Amino acid sequence: MKRNQWVGIAALVAVLAVAAGCGASKNASKTSATSGVKGAQKTTAVSGKISIVGVWSGDEQKSFQAVLNGFKAKYPNVKVSYKSTGDNTPTVLSTSVQGGNPPDLASVSQPGLVDDFQKKGALKPLDFARGTLNANYPAGIVKIGEIKGHIYGLLIKGANKSTVWYNVAAFKNAGIKAPTTWAQFLAAAKTLKASGTPAYSIGGADGWTLTDLFENIYLRQAGPAKYDALSTHKIKWTDASVKKALKTMAAVVGDTSNIAGGTAGALQTDFPTSVSNVFSTSPKAAQVIEGDFVPGVVASSNKLKPVSGYNVFPFPTIGNTKNYVEGGGDELMMFRDTPATRALVQYLATGKAQSIWAKRGGYTAPAKTVPASAYPDAITRATATAVGKAKVFKFDLSDLQPASFGATVGQGEFKIFQDFLRNPKNVNGIASSLEKAAAKAYKSGK
Amino acid sequence: MTAAPPEGGPGVVRRNAVTLGFLAPALFVLGLWIVYPTVYTIARSFYGQQGFGDFVGIDNYKAIFTTSILTTAIKNSAIWILVAPAIVTAIGLVFAVLTERIRWAVAFKTVVFMPMAISLFATGVIWHVMYIKDPSQGAVNAGIGAVKSWFEPAGALSSASPSTAALTGSPSTGYVLHKPVAAGGVAELGLTAIPPVDVPGGAKQVAVPTPKQGAITGIVWRDFKPGGGVVGKPEQGELGLPGVKVNLIDSSGKKVQSATTADDGSFTFDGVKGSGYRTGIAAATFAKPFGGVSWLGSKLITPAIIIAYIWVWAGFAMVVIGAGLAAISREVLEAARTDGATEWQVFRRITVPMLAPVLSVVFITMLINVLKVFDIVISIAPGSTQSDAAVIAVQMWRQSFGGVNDFGLGSAIAVFLFVLVVPVLLLNVRRFRREV
Repeated sequence: MKRNQWVGIAALVAVLAVAAGCGASKNASKTSATSGVKGAQKTTAVSGKISIVGVWSGDEQKSFQAVLNGFKAKYPNVKVSYKSTGDNTPTVLSTSVQGGNPPDLASVSQPGLVDDFQKKGALKPLDFARGTLNANYPAGIVKIGEIKGHIYGLLIKGANKSTVWYNVAAFKNAGIKAPTTWAQFLAAAKTLKASGTPAYSIGGADGWTLTDLFENIYLRQAGPAKYDALSTHKIKWTDASVKKALKTMAAVVGDTSNIAGGTAGALQTDFPTSVSNVFSTSPKAAQVIEGDFVPGVVASSNKLKPVSGYNVFPFPTIGNTKNYVEGGGDELMMFRDTPATRALVQYLATGKAQSIWAKRGGYTAPAKTVPASAYPDAITRATATAVGKAKVFKFDLSDLQPASFGATVGQGEFKIFQDFLRNPKNVNGIASSLEKAAAKAYKSGK
Repeated sequence: MTAAPPEGGPGVVRRNAVTLGFLAPALFVLGLWIVYPTVYTIARSFYGQQGFGDFVGIDNYKAIFTTSILTTAIKNSAIWILVAPAIVTAIGLVFAVLTERIRWAVAFKTVVFMPMAISLFATGVIWHVMYIKDPSQGAVNAGIGAVKSWFEPAGALSSASPSTAALTGSPSTGYVLHKPVAAGGVAELGLTAIPPVDVPGGAKQVAVPTPKQGAITGIVWRDFKPGGGVVGKPEQGELGLPGVKVNLIDSSGKKVQSATTADDGSFTFDGVKGSGYRTGIAAATFAKPFGGVSWLGSKLITPAIIIAYIWVWAGFAMVVIGAGLAAISREVLEAARTDGATEWQVFRRITVPMLAPVLSVVFITMLINVLKVFDIVISIAPGSTQSDAAVIAVQMWRQSFGGVNDFGLGSAIAVFLFVLVVPVLLLNVRRFRREV
């Protein structure tokens, strides 16, 4: 009896091993087949192993893997392993850098982290890729990753945060068209309210939705030069331009009866809920002001179709600010400089590599060499190509701050802008608490 | 007991070596996982964000007591310590005593104990959803709303508001046309912000009634058409609001008549003489549906989390106290009852004192647990009230790993938390000694 049992287990193990082997060989043959089809020239001279840690998970991870497969076809001797660390990426990285064992490459959404690690001396410069970048990237986007003239961060996945998403039926009910200027935008909001659908859905439980709104207003009202100055704290948050932008912002966040759930409701609405509030058949609000990642949430929450059910317009202009884009994205950093990591960085910076991801959707290529036809649908094409076409492209300002001020839940900008949503009349108080928190963060972070 | 060996012989050395050999693995583990991290953390707490080399002295400790988000955390931890262990122990005691007397004791115990089987983080997620303000999403507010709507039903036009300043008042007092109307006059009551779904079925194009001798006529209409239209003017494409109850109030403020609007929004008050009348719509029409209690707002967030925490731990307290209860000798209780003690006296004078050691175990365990409470706070509080809900352990994590990356300040908070736990630990160690 006992012996039979062992035989059974051995047989089972053998079967599983064979099955696993089949799976593996199948995958392998599939990859080699695709590489054969593409006919990419192979480079066998470079070999090694590369570990990448990044924020992309789920569909994004699959898409990135597809991009990596393209690399594998070109460099068959380099083994690249990607690990998703999701929202914990900053934690994982700072712990592993502190412990002296960082991954070879990492992608992060906070340029502040690139600064942090550069100051700690953990990063290797990416200047070797300058040629590829000049050929593929708009100059303004390359500049984003530069520290003291050297490239340390490479924007690999862009995001357009200057977009407003609306429920088409709600706009039709109110009899309005997508506004283009700030004055039209506010007038449309008034009409929406009279039509019975509140104009705004605000995801105030997540502070970053509020900072994004502020930054869009500030970039347009104060201009790119002031925006840059504020992002490096060369001007104070108590500057008149900041107060002016806060007052403009109060026209939206202070319009309590025009916000889904009112102020108290908005403070408890997280970003996904703020999107589903707008994109349902009986919407609680008509529009949500957020970036190009909104459709991902729409798709997962209901059945509204793009263009006929929901649509997008660029953030309204304030003055002559057409094609101003406030954006964000994920930057690549290098912790270990080897021929293999260099090859991968060069590859990822090309329009060819980024087209692979663009075709799969949910992606805005920072490279201008990705053709508009690469994007799968009209809405993505509109939001994604706006980045390449932008007259002014500025990185999300809060992401450029020290993390304790610009990227921590419950303190710094997130908390203070939530306080502003609570009491939009307190412009001076908010400006001075922003300045106080910023000064402190810059002092301890230097 | 063996006799003591002679001093200083080779046997002593060997025995010491053997002792050390046996202790070595334990010492190694203790050293690696307890002593080294403790020493490292204490040392790190005197350095700034940039690591060793950035010596800041006791600045990090000063920051704990001067930064407002950290003092809030200390205050919240104090509330937790004062409230949670005592309530958990009390509820556990009550449940334990009650389960001794009810029929379905096992089922009851299982249900109360069940939350222990879920991780605190999952508990937090569940309660977060239950606490959502919108009654259509949060179970707690849905329950309150269901009860409340029995007594205060929502009005037919709960989201409506006046389209112009001609109507004055508020949703809670109702709206009245500011300008008095005389007999033979027409009252136009324009309302706006009515979602299409709230417009009553059968509503028709609004029609301004002709003035009528000896009567006041008027309309209630949705002063909106796609594009907005002219505010305050009944236009082609705007609908009358049927079924709205309109009141006629005379100059002394007394309600004289009321009428209900027709499909085109018109109404008529017949047999009116003189002037100075006001027309208005009563508050009941505008009664808002229950909007929900802000459980997750800055004021209620800490009590709300403590309730969830008690829900989890009451079962643990009940089971431990129940075990203690089972160990009490029945004779004493019986003797007291025979002597004529009431049930309350038995509970108060015999059960509780005899349970004292068990109660203190539960209380101290909860005290230590509460000091390090973390996951349930993180998972229940939304981003906007994370800082209002934070406790010391949450800030320890937040300042070091949760975005700030200031391991110096984080270490200082860790040391502070350790100092807070020490007295409780000593108490516990002393109790262990006494028991052994």
